[in-house]
Amino acid sequence: MKRHLPSLCVTVGILLVWQLIALLIDAAYILPSPLQILVRLWELKEPLFCVHLPATMGVTILGLFISVVLGLLLAIAMDRSEALERALYPVIVASQTIPTTAIAPLFILWFGYSIWGKVLVTILMTFFPIAITVFDGFRSTKREMEELLLTLGASKSDIFLKLKIPTALPNFFSAIKMAVPLSVIGAAIAEWLGAQQGLGYFSKRMMTQLDGAGVFAPIVLLSVAAMAVVAIISFAEKKIITWRKEL
Amino acid sequence: MMLEFQDVSFRYPSDSYSMMEHLHFSVEEGSFVSIIGPSGCGKSTLFRLINGLEQPQSGQITVKGVPISKLKSYAGFMPQKDLLFPWRTVEENICLPMELQKADRAAKEEACKKVLQQVGLTGIEKKYPSELSGGMRQRVSFARTLLTGADMLLLDEPFSALDFFTRIEMQEWLLHQWEQMKKTILFITHDVEEALFLSKTVYVISKPCPFSSLERIDIPLAYPRDRSALEQPEIIHLKEELIQKLRKEAVE
Ligand SMILES: Nc1ncnc2c1ncn2[C@@H]1O[C@H](COP(=O)(O)OP(=O)(O)O)[C@@H](O)[C@H]1O
Ligand SMILES: [Mg+2]
Repeated sequence: MKRHLPSLCVTVGILLVWQLIALLIDAAYILPSPLQILVRLWELKEPLFCVHLPATMGVTILGLFISVVLGLLLAIAMDRSEALERALYPVIVASQTIPTTAIAPLFILWFGYSIWGKVLVTILMTFFPIAITVFDGFRSTKREMEELLLTLGASKSDIFLKLKIPTALPNFFSAIKMAVPLSVIGAAIAEWLGAQQGLGYFSKRMMTQLDGAGVFAPIVLLSVAAMAVVAIISFAEKKIITWRKEL
Repeated sequence: MMLEFQDVSFRYPSDSYSMMEHLHFSVEEGSFVSIIGPSGCGKSTLFRLINGLEQPQSGQITVKGVPISKLKSYAGFMPQKDLLFPWRTVEENICLPMELQKADRAAKEEACKKVLQQVGLTGIEKKYPSELSGGMRQRVSFARTLLTGADMLLLDEPFSALDFFTRIEMQEWLLHQWEQMKKTILFITHDVEEALFLSKTVYVISKPCPFSSLERIDIPLAYPRDRSALEQPEIIHLKEELIQKLRKEAVE
């Protein structure tokens, strides 16, 4: 608790300043105050929690799941085959500079309002970072440890299971923790672009009604949901990675 | 003979020079042999060859008369850094060789228990390597080497990273272990005193790159040994001689 005190103070400070400025401007459609947003969140709890939050989380989790599976497969493939690594790794790193948000409308164009366009956007945002981070984890395996296993008569799959996976496990968790907010953003953007439900869609609808607090309320919910998921993953990480990281 | 190098020539593909040419030497069963030489002269490479991590360009390496390419689990290798897996407990680390040999659970547990007792580590089975001191970690690493079941142990400067007093303690401990088990130990070191104190025979890498023989020196001391034996005039003389030799090589 003591460790979090400074960041807590900063957060409260920012909220106070925000509240103050919002009171001065006094135009909720331009800048709603934190309190107004909270009130609106409460008023809209029914549609937000029962319809739009589940819709967005569905897209997020489905996209994240597919990304993790595909990302792991790609990382493993690149670890197995040097040719594949040389062919793909630079391309993947370069592809990170493409602004996904800019090409997202294309997917909506292709897949319409179905869930798959939105899932594809979240996959696009998270798949490559997951693959790269996990692959870097595999690659950080110490050669001496690998050689030691070889002298003990280990097979390729022994080395993979007993050395590469444990070495890359911390990377795997970092990758997922990084991917959660990204996939939430991806889902929200996709919903913003074209959907009939979801927090992104809801926020956009409030925008057209000039309801400032209504625009912010789903976004607050989105952030809290992402933080909750990250917290759950961190908890699992602590349970699984019980050893101290050594250099 | 436990181990024989017959006419072995080796060069790392990335190097322009040969490391050894037509190297011949052998190690008797049950002996304690140290290999000493300046760093970078190829001591660890000898172990890499014995372990089959590198292939000689020509010549043959045999263990008990059989070429190593036809053998499995013939050598237990203990690296310079302990290389314990940080995500495994002491027990799990020690059992690794048996796990890879697909030993059944009961056999594994029994062997592990026995070896822990033998190396004096009972009570820390469930700890992680990060919780242990340097000396302890080396003991765990040694125990893991023992559980390969091999008759020949290859120890590559196992104590070089330890502080002086722990090192002395570990040397005495190792000697005690060896006297009890009757395994063949090949021990790499660049510490002359360590080599003299531990070994029956010292092999000196006499000429850096390429070398074709190891200079053999038999240590005129009986076992069990005491540190005070190092004070004997002939041992002191031998020590001076060795230091001179290694120094000359280092300069060249
Ligand atoms: N895996 C390797 N690949 C290529 N060259 C190596 C490798 N290991 C060692 N060498 C070369 O061989 C030399 C001697 O290495 P090494 O056998 O480790 O010496 P020592 O153990 O006596 O210090 C090093 O200087 C290095 O240039
Ligand atoms: Mg070495």
